[in-house]
Amino acid sequence: MTHPSDTGPAPVLALKGISKSFGAVRALRDVSLELFPGEVHALAGENGAGKSTLIKTLAGVHRPDTGQVLLDGAPVVFHGPGDARDAGIAVIYQEPTLFPDLSIAENIFMGRQPRKALGRIDHRATHDATAALMQRLGVDLDPDRPARGLSIADQQIVEIAKALSFDARVLIMDEPTAALTGSEVARLFGVVRTLREQGAAVLFISHRLEEIFEICQRVTTLRDGAWISSEPLDGMTEDDLVRRMVGRDLEELYPKQDVTPGEVALSVRRLTREGVFTDVSFDVRRGEIVGLAGLVGAGRTEVARAVFGVDRWDAGEVEVDGRRLTNGAPSTAMAAGLALVPEDRRAQGLVMDMSIERNIGLTGLRTTVKAGLMDRGAERSRSLDWAVKLQVKYARIADTVNTLSGGNQQKVVLAKWLATGPKVLIVDEPTRGIDVGTKAEVHRLLSQLAADGVAVLMISSDLPEILGMADRVLVMHEGRLAAEIPRTDATEETVMAAATGRAAA
Amino acid sequence: MPESLTRAVRWDTVVGALLVVVLLLSFTTVDGFGNALNLSFLIGNTLPIALIALPMTLLVVSGEIDLSVASTAGLSGAVMGALWNQGMAIETIIPICLVIGVVCGLVNGLLVTRLGLPSLAVTIGTLAAYRGIAQIVLGSDAVTDFPTQYLDFAAGRIGDTFVPYALLPFLVLLAIAVVALHATPFGRSLFAIGASEEAARFAGIRVKRQKLVLFVLTGLMASLTGVFWALHYASARYDNATGLELSVVAAVLLGGIDFDGGKGTLGGAIAGVFLLGALQNVMSLQDVSAQSQIVVTGVLLVLSVLGPRVARQIAVARAGRRSAAAPPVSKAPTPTS
Repeated sequence: MTHPSDTGPAPVLALKGISKSFGAVRALRDVSLELFPGEVHALAGENGAGKSTLIKTLAGVHRPDTGQVLLDGAPVVFHGPGDARDAGIAVIYQEPTLFPDLSIAENIFMGRQPRKALGRIDHRATHDATAALMQRLGVDLDPDRPARGLSIADQQIVEIAKALSFDARVLIMDEPTAALTGSEVARLFGVVRTLREQGAAVLFISHRLEEIFEICQRVTTLRDGAWISSEPLDGMTEDDLVRRMVGRDLEELYPKQDVTPGEVALSVRRLTREGVFTDVSFDVRRGEIVGLAGLVGAGRTEVARAVFGVDRWDAGEVEVDGRRLTNGAPSTAMAAGLALVPEDRRAQGLVMDMSIERNIGLTGLRTTVKAGLMDRGAERSRSLDWAVKLQVKYARIADTVNTLSGGNQQKVVLAKWLATGPKVLIVDEPTRGIDVGTKAEVHRLLSQLAADGVAVLMISSDLPEILGMADRVLVMHEGRLAAEIPRTDATEETVMAAATGRAAA
Repeated sequence: MPESLTRAVRWDTVVGALLVVVLLLSFTTVDGFGNALNLSFLIGNTLPIALIALPMTLLVVSGEIDLSVASTAGLSGAVMGALWNQGMAIETIIPICLVIGVVCGLVNGLLVTRLGLPSLAVTIGTLAAYRGIAQIVLGSDAVTDFPTQYLDFAAGRIGDTFVPYALLPFLVLLAIAVVALHATPFGRSLFAIGASEEAARFAGIRVKRQKLVLFVLTGLMASLTGVFWALHYASARYDNATGLELSVVAAVLLGGIDFDGGKGTLGGAIAGVFLLGALQNVMSLQDVSAQSQIVVTGVLLVLSVLGPRVARQIAVARAGRRSAAAPPVSKAPTPTS
């Protein structure tokens, strides 16, 4: 592996002493960064550390208050994203925006298609140029296929191809893997390696530390807007990186306590929703954390929705604490002691325009009531109580939840459900998109809840999280339960084998 | 204070202040406005709008709308007239009319909640259907000979004051509606549904049932309004209250109820109702034609949708100046504890 050294090639893009403030908030303080051709460089830091501001500075969206951007060693000033693009800098976002009705080739060459006489678009040339780009990336995508229906992974490939068509030398990838499955991540990394070999510089952002170690050579860490370090990843451990990000020794990321499971609290029997999942049966006992693993689309979230009653099931039954649940009725599931922290906190978990107080209060509409009227005092103290217990960081409890960071929003969702005193807690992707510090807090909380006798069912696409937290792992494959693996036997290999249908359990 | 709340409060205040200004101007500059008789007319003529505005406010807060209310009122009046012609006792007729309103609301509600159709489309359809049924029921007759004590109650006022008898039961209904929307779990759930139906469902709120209840209540209030209308104007015709839905929706939106749901207060809506009522009264006193009054109502409807939006943009612009393009708080560095 070649590492850029002091005597090696010059950085293609560098930031020197960049500071940027928004009002009283200092988003970046004296940050420096060097990107060399042929390297994949990780940008690490918790939510709010300044990563987004830094990316936007590189992409020409923000102009720094002080400091310099150097392109091939010469200072440049970007007046907008167009300047950055012309300088060969491209940003690939987590969720690309393509024109769904145009073909892949048309998307890539939108507004600058090769022309024939009389200004007619040369479809043949557009097609061929796109095919050449795909070949360069080592990907098999038909240039004439419409963008509609492409997976997010394929859409990212199209964006990367588009960047290459602009002769981009620097690619900034902002959490590209957040919405990808395991095999899609592998393919993306293949493309990134190809780009690196062709001499591109890649700035890679991810909350998944193992990905950083897999694909990157060097890492720059930010904390609270300040530059902490830039160094090779060789010889570093995940703990080292986390320590730089959070500025202290993180208590264990997976603080799983040992518990002796109690009685069955959630019992799912032969649950079927036609065309979605089939014949799913499992139990979760008091004190247990059961992981529900599987590929995206395997039907995990759908099972959780049906159990909670947001969707109806076609056959089977669900019992919570011995009480049979009504099909399609979340209110009876709640009354029986079931809580669901849903997958999409912005659309499902929270009413974004409502205050923290009222969002937590939504699950208490039956309890914080006096003589048929809302007991506002009781509602406020219930909400405050749980917001404080979960250490939600907010200015005022009456602030709307859309003013909070992702991690704090997730804590509000948890607060909202823990306030109901659930016997069974289903959490769907409980730590997606939240920083490592908050992640550890959520894990500690789940572990404590289990120790207190709550039955926890945890759906997660984050394998280390499943392996680190679950007493047992259920694996779904194509709508069916493919395997049940005890904690002692659960490894990435056994879980992935079951998830991809390679093992009969 | 959350942006949504401050905006609602501000717009409420704007409409309330506007109402006061219009009333003061009218008292001082419009001949014949300030006397008790005219004021009782103003209130009496505004009551049909106000009565339907109560459930309509709740409906719009929850993200739905019912445009069939005026037709339901017309149908209710037509049935009243037809049954009266049959010689039935008014004490029997009125409950029947109310049941018909409940059925009308139920049909709307079931079409919206069971079939998942948009309420705007459903109630435009039933707007036509209910009015058609009204015409079938009563034809082009006008029934006027209802018992005097009922007519007197619906059209009369307390002594020489400006207070119509009918205002008193309305105030009771208003109080009930205010409490229901702003102080009960039911009302709280309506705001949640209007702001994010999916999040409300995931919080265990019975979204469809709440909406069905609202449509039924709206039908009930529309039929009650139909009965009041026929008695107040001593005329039951199939085309009673035609176009009233326009005034109701205009008034409710004028009062700051967000058309997209989830925001607004009943106080604002009622201020909007009486603002519209006062303007209509003044225009009548000034001999403005009925057609022109409809134009004014339509313009107000457009302004009422624009108003809160402009107010919000001003608020955002102000906030922007205060913190000079500050990023959302989520982007601000947060200490890790």
